[in-house]
Amino acid sequence: MGLLASRGLTKRFGGLMAINQLDLDVEDRAIHSIIGPNGAGKTTFFNCVTGFYRSEEGTIEFDGVSLDGLSPDRITSMGIARTYQNIRLFANMTAMENILVGMHPHLRSGWLGAILKPPAVVKEEREAHQQARETLQFVGLRGMGDLLAKNLPYGQQRRLEIARALASRPRLLLLDEPTAGMNPRETMEMMAFIRRLRDDLGITIILIEHQMRVVMGISDRVTVLDYGTKISEGTPREVQSDARVIEAYLGTKAVAQ
Amino acid sequence: MTSIPRWRDTVRTGLLWGAGAVFTSLVGLVAALQPRQIITGVISGGHALLLVALVAAGISAARRYADAPRRAAAGALAGAIVGASVAALVLLARVVNLRAMIVGATPELFALLTLGRGSGVLPWIVLGAAGLGALGGLLTVLPRQVRSIVTTGAATLLGVGLLQEQVQLLLQSDRVARLREIVFTFDGLTPVGAGLVVALSTVLSGVWQWQQPKTKERMAALPPTRRRVLQIVGFAAGLGAILVLPLFVGPFFSQVLVLVGLYTLMGLGLNLEVGFAGLLDIGFVAFFAIGAYTVGLLTTTGPLAIAHVSWWTATMIAVVVSLISGVLFGLPILGIRGDYLAIATLGFGEIIRLLVLSDFLRPVLGGSQGVLSIPKPVLFGFEFRGPEQIFFLALGASAIIAFIAARLRDSRLGRAWMAMREDEDVAQAMGINLVNVKLLAYGIGAVFAGVSGAIFAVMVGSIFPHSFSVLVSINVLALIIVGGMGSLPGVAVGALFLVGLPELLREFSDYRFLVYGAALMAMMILRPEGLWPAPAQRRELHEEVARIPEGELVEAGAAGAEDP
Repeated sequence: MGLLASRGLTKRFGGLMAINQLDLDVEDRAIHSIIGPNGAGKTTFFNCVTGFYRSEEGTIEFDGVSLDGLSPDRITSMGIARTYQNIRLFANMTAMENILVGMHPHLRSGWLGAILKPPAVVKEEREAHQQARETLQFVGLRGMGDLLAKNLPYGQQRRLEIARALASRPRLLLLDEPTAGMNPRETMEMMAFIRRLRDDLGITIILIEHQMRVVMGISDRVTVLDYGTKISEGTPREVQSDARVIEAYLGTKAVAQ
Repeated sequence: MTSIPRWRDTVRTGLLWGAGAVFTSLVGLVAALQPRQIITGVISGGHALLLVALVAAGISAARRYADAPRRAAAGALAGAIVGASVAALVLLARVVNLRAMIVGATPELFALLTLGRGSGVLPWIVLGAAGLGALGGLLTVLPRQVRSIVTTGAATLLGVGLLQEQVQLLLQSDRVARLREIVFTFDGLTPVGAGLVVALSTVLSGVWQWQQPKTKERMAALPPTRRRVLQIVGFAAGLGAILVLPLFVGPFFSQVLVLVGLYTLMGLGLNLEVGFAGLLDIGFVAFFAIGAYTVGLLTTTGPLAIAHVSWWTATMIAVVVSLISGVLFGLPILGIRGDYLAIATLGFGEIIRLLVLSDFLRPVLGGSQGVLSIPKPVLFGFEFRGPEQIFFLALGASAIIAFIAARLRDSRLGRAWMAMREDEDVAQAMGINLVNVKLLAYGIGAVFAGVSGAIFAVMVGSIFPHSFSVLVSINVLALIIVGGMGSLPGVAVGALFLVGLPELLREFSDYRFLVYGAALMAMMILRPEGLWPAPAQRRELHEEVARIPEGELVEAGAAGAEDP
């Protein structure tokens, strides 16, 4: 059994089956990609894992603990972090502040500590700032800490969003199309960076991705969804040659040819 | 050529200002200012208002053009259109009996608009208006420093003229009686006085313009310790000036300042809810009322008393009561967002007011008769008797609460509030417990307003339900918007502008909300970030990072991230 396991997961929106009886296992320290046509239920799966949506049926377990019914903030504290398909940074806060918010679950000071500022709080804040700066540097945003998130260029916003997710010290990181809108060079850099997250930090990664070059290049395992149902799973090579996958992407005619 | 649509723009600008001039005339604002002389026998308040409108129309029309002649021409055209609009109003009033529909269309107004010379003078008025518009247009051509000096002079003259009653009050002392006689008549500035005021303000402004960059340079050149000393000296001097203020300005001004202080306190509280945490609250006055009634009932010597504790104890209790009511108030509206939140909070504010007014609670809260005879606070034998003493109460409370607000803003909690303001869902996904954080925002915001209410109770000595109308909430919201959402100094600036100024300009009292509306719209168009916006970018310390080699940092980051 892996780090994350879903069993019979089902999510409906009215009559629409967004996710249908999904069994998914993600191994510890894996880079696991989820692919599929638009509307296949990939982001919905992320929303179920992180507690944004309540599933109608099925269970999700993280490291043997059930996530059912937990609020998003509880799930984050357990070690799951995510990024968003359309970047959702705190636009009017600085890059530093964005990361400091990400560290929220690991800091302790409350309202009284904030007002009185005893030495313990001063020390905690100083260390948090130092750590936030290091995180900034780790994602290559050194010296950008004072800039408002909305003023950063697109590629750096993507990286800041990952930095914010890293700040909560996750064991599992869900990346929703991290290379969307990137040119080939930026895409290559992002791939190397994602690998580093796993290799250097030991973080398990679930990746939603549309660029097949990225998926095939860095994934240990690929799951293919179509209309909320898992239609194929395996190594990139296995999935690539699966007739059902080609059918889902290109239609039945392509398979016949 | 693009000049055709640009001329159309100029015409539109002129028409807009013209409509504004006609509107302010018809609602009676111009006539209301008329008795107030700016310079006795030379220019009155009403005329000054129209004059400013003409010059402003010229300035806003000229902005679209590059060279001086075109700017002057655009200004002249816009000015002429404003003049023509007013002239058209005068002519219309001769044909139609406007007064039957509009109360403000008085014969006095039309006498004022035609300078008392009948409609024969109208062509000259249009011509003069064009001239003033052109003057406005030419103002924009001047170099920045000169322009700043000229506008400072004009604004000071206008300010001193409008506030001459108050300025004269300040010059009550016999030692300066001679000066007062030279500068003022009983209802306005003398021409000599006006000259003095303009000369003094332009010279000061000129010196400032000329010396400011140099002073800044010299400050920057000083060693940090010396600079720190200078800053402390400056701060102490400012503080000293504020502390002795009530001795010099007398009871009337002190009263206005106390009011500004009370609104600053409420503004700090609402700013915490709306500016920091993004929780729109239009029922904020409820907490002000709760603070005031708690103190009133606990200290009054009247029949409604439930205890006879000192004001200080009562205020402590009021803090706790408003904290609890803030949290209780937050509970049912935890899941409500945005516009819906505004309506829900509005309802809460009204519930509290109606409860206070109700017959049901009359035996406890006094109904519309209110709570009377609330004694003044005493500290070590010093009685906070009148506004000059209560000023210190308001000042002290404002200082403490501003400090608390600043500390909260820069803390983990403050960051959580701002994250929630930016994106509630993502904030929750960052591990922020929305319930805790929201209730803290409502609770602490309520405490600030409760303290304000506690001081209000002793300021007026008796409290009535009508002091806690929804308009107070709107005022507080308006002042934090004008000051700058999320900015702490902005709250004080906003309170000075929206609470202090209207108190001084009592002619405006009927038009208070007209001026509010205009000020809010102007702010949203010209300066949406507020008069004193919150610093968007704060400095962080770079030095430490620079000293750590790249490789180590990656490892440090890795180790940090692996920690469970």
